[in-house]
Formats: sequence, structure tokens, C-alpha cells
Amino acid sequence: MKSYNNITQYLVTAVILFSGAVFAQTPDQATPPDALIKMVVTDVMTSVKSDPEIQKGNIPKIVDLVEKKIVPYTDMRRTTEMAMGPNWKKASPEQQNQLVMEFKNLLIRTYSGALSQLRDQTVQFKALRAAPDDKEVVVKTVVLGRGDPVPLDYRLEKTDKGWKVYDMNIMGVWLVEAYRNQFSNQISQNGIDGLVKFLQDRNKQLAAAKPAN
Amino acid sequence: MNLLDVFVKLKRLTVLGLTALMIGCASIPAGIEPSPHDPWESFNRSIFEFNEGLDSYLLKPVVAGYRFVLPEIVREGIYNFFSNYSDLYTALQNMLQGKPDYAFSDLMRVVVNTTFGLGGLIDMATPGGLEKHKEDWGQTFGVWGMPAGPYVVLPFFGPSNVRDTFGTIADLESDYFFKYINPVGLRNSLTGLRVVNARNTYYEAGDLLDGAAIDKYSFMRDAYIQRRQYQINEGRDDEEPTMPVYENPYQ
Repeated sequence: MKSYNNITQYLVTAVILFSGAVFAQTPDQATPPDALIKMVVTDVMTSVKSDPEIQKGNIPKIVDLVEKKIVPYTDMRRTTEMAMGPNWKKASPEQQNQLVMEFKNLLIRTYSGALSQLRDQTVQFKALRAAPDDKEVVVKTVVLGRGDPVPLDYRLEKTDKGWKVYDMNIMGVWLVEAYRNQFSNQISQNGIDGLVKFLQDRNKQLAAAKPAN
Repeated sequence: MNLLDVFVKLKRLTVLGLTALMIGCASIPAGIEPSPHDPWESFNRSIFEFNEGLDSYLLKPVVAGYRFVLPEIVREGIYNFFSNYSDLYTALQNMLQGKPDYAFSDLMRVVVNTTFGLGGLIDMATPGGLEKHKEDWGQTFGVWGMPAGPYVVLPFFGPSNVRDTFGTIADLESDYFFKYINPVGLRNSLTGLRVVNARNTYYEAGDLLDGAAIDKYSFMRDAYIQRRQYQINEGRDDEEPTMPVYENPYQ
């Protein structure tokens, strides 16, 4: 009986150690997609909530945080490629790089603006529904607190550098889908260079704008 | 609700729509490909312009004042009050959609928040594990299988479609508690507060959207179409968000 107790104790210790390790760890190539999202989101929320500068709306600081803690786990090239649709092939490699950079900046800025509103919200992580050999998965979360719950889902793909987020669903709206028509309209009006210029101008404008609060 | 009421409301909407058309006859910018969901784009864009003007010159400044005058805790109480009231309708809608478990949970929310939450001013149900849902007639019609029909922008109410236009009319008609509030002055003040509260919930998000949009009209349209479909499919056994099929140019 005594040895049985000992085993239980070891097991409990092992579990505690292990879960501690999971939370302290930064995601790597082997991290499963749901664990990855949980780590990144928990980390970012903790940083945002504990930083008085960010709470005051210091956007450059939040942008910096997003660049460091979120961007490494995304594939913005794929995001841009998807939003461009058939037009992607019509863009020169240089235009493609510009588009990826500018679209990335626009999304980072928008995301940072949303993060600056974060106060006492919590995130609920839903169980992952995927087969072990899936190459693409959707990780579902819900942001709770202040107003109605906001469903926030992440679509990830498996790459040789680990799982990467390439699309997000906010309250039922996929980001890529919401940008498709806007991109193609801008391109048919002003060409691919027109879209690049539009994004550049918008990013400059947003960078110059004063924070709302 | 009788047919005459509906007719009067429709007529009112039409008059508003025509006014909006006269105010700004926005045409589709050159080069924009017509969307199969939006055959009335030219008309819709003009209503959209009207709504945008109304928002930036009237509603948004009023909401800015509201935020300046009232501390956040009071605004939150007001939000919770209306949210609690709408939970009652959500319960009814979930019943009509054949989701009795959701309906029961919504009803429990109203009971908990009305009693322990001081008449709905505090949301005690959410931390207690009763998730908030939001349902309306448009979604119920959708669950019943009614197709969305073309996209429509309604004056004041914003993005909609043919089905949801009927849904909005039904929502207004079934708003019984509000309809029978006496005196009229109180009812109008409460309606005003309700509108301000609703706009307040996306005060910051609205600015973010403005910054993120390349063409706000088509951004809002495409987002609305996706979102309504998602809301209708929500809570179904085979619940999977409708995933758009992507063409990957590399494959």
C-alpha cells in the first residue's frame, strides 16, 4: 500500500513538473497547434495586462510585442497569397514582397490596436478537433469579458518549421476572405502597384495617427 | 402584429431609403467587379454613404459625449441591462430554432441576472458558467431554411439581406416590453439610450475597422455575409465554420 502511495506521489510530481515545463517553454517545431496557440496567446495577454505603458495605449510598444511574440508563428506570405487569389501570379517577385510586407504591417497595426483595448478579458480555449496527420487545423478560442463573447479562431498549417497561423476568424469572419474582394477591386482599379501604394499610404497614415485613448 | 403595421413600417423604410438616395447618389466606383451577392450595389452604396454620414456627424459624436460623461462602470451597467433584456428574446429564438438546451440556459441567465444581478445591471451568469448567446429573427428564419437573398443596406440599421430585413421588422414587432412602456417620453428616452449603448459597444472596433479597410463598403458586406452564415450554423451538431475553399496559385 505504501509503495502505491509513493508511485502516486511521483506521478503527481511528474505531472506538475511537466505542466510547469509546458508553460515555461516557448513553442518549437514539435509543439502541437492547440498548445502553440495557448502558449502564444497566454504569453501575449500576460505581457499586455502587466505593462502599464501598453495599458495607456502606447501603440509602438504593442507593435513591438506583436512583432516579437506573434509574428514568428505566422506565415504572412501565405496570408497575402490567399488574399490575392489569382492576382498573386500576376505580381512580380518584387511586388509580392512589397505586398507581403505592407499587408503584414497593416494587420499588425490593426491587431495591436485591438490588443491595446485588452483589460480584464479572458480567453477560453476549445478542444481541438483534428486527426493526428492533419496538415491544416482550426484552433478555436472565445474571448470573454466586456460585452458579448467574441469567437476567435486561428487556421494553421503544418510547415517544416512547425505550425504557422495564416488566417484568423473573428466573430465568424475569415480575414483572408474579407480582404479578397477588396484586393481584387483595388487591383482592377489601379493595378498591383496601386494596391501596394494604397497599403503604403495607409500604413504611414496609421503610424502618424495619435492613439485613441 | 398585424399586416398593416408591417406595411406602415415597410413604407417608412422605403421613404427613408429614397431620401438617402436623393441625399447621395453614390455610384459604383469604376473597375469594381459586381459581386454575385450584391446585385443592388449601386443603391446599397448610396444608403451606406447615408449611414456613414449619419454616424460620423450624429451618432458617433453623441456616443463620444456619452463616454465622456458616464464612467465605465455605469456604461457597463447600461450595457448589461439591455443585454439581459435581449437574452429573453434569444431564449425565445433558440426555442424556435429547436435548441431547447440553449433556450433553457438563456432563460437561466435572465433569472440569475435579474435577481442576483440587480435587475440585469450586473452580469452574474457569464462568470457562473452560463454562456451568452445572441439570436434574432433573421437567424431563426435562416435556421428554418429561408435563403438570405441579395445583400441589402438598410438606412439606420446597416448591413442586411432580404431575409434579415424581414427579420429586423419581426424583431421590432416582437419587442413587446418596449412597445408597451408608458409614458411615451420614457420609452423614447430608453430607445435613444439603447441605440447609443449599441453604438458604444463597437466604438473602438469601428475605428480599427476604418483603419483596416481598403474599401469599407465591400469589407463590411463580405464580413456581414460570412458572419450571418456562421451565426446560423452555430450550435449545430456538425458545427464547422463554413470554410471557404482557397485556390492556392502554387498548387
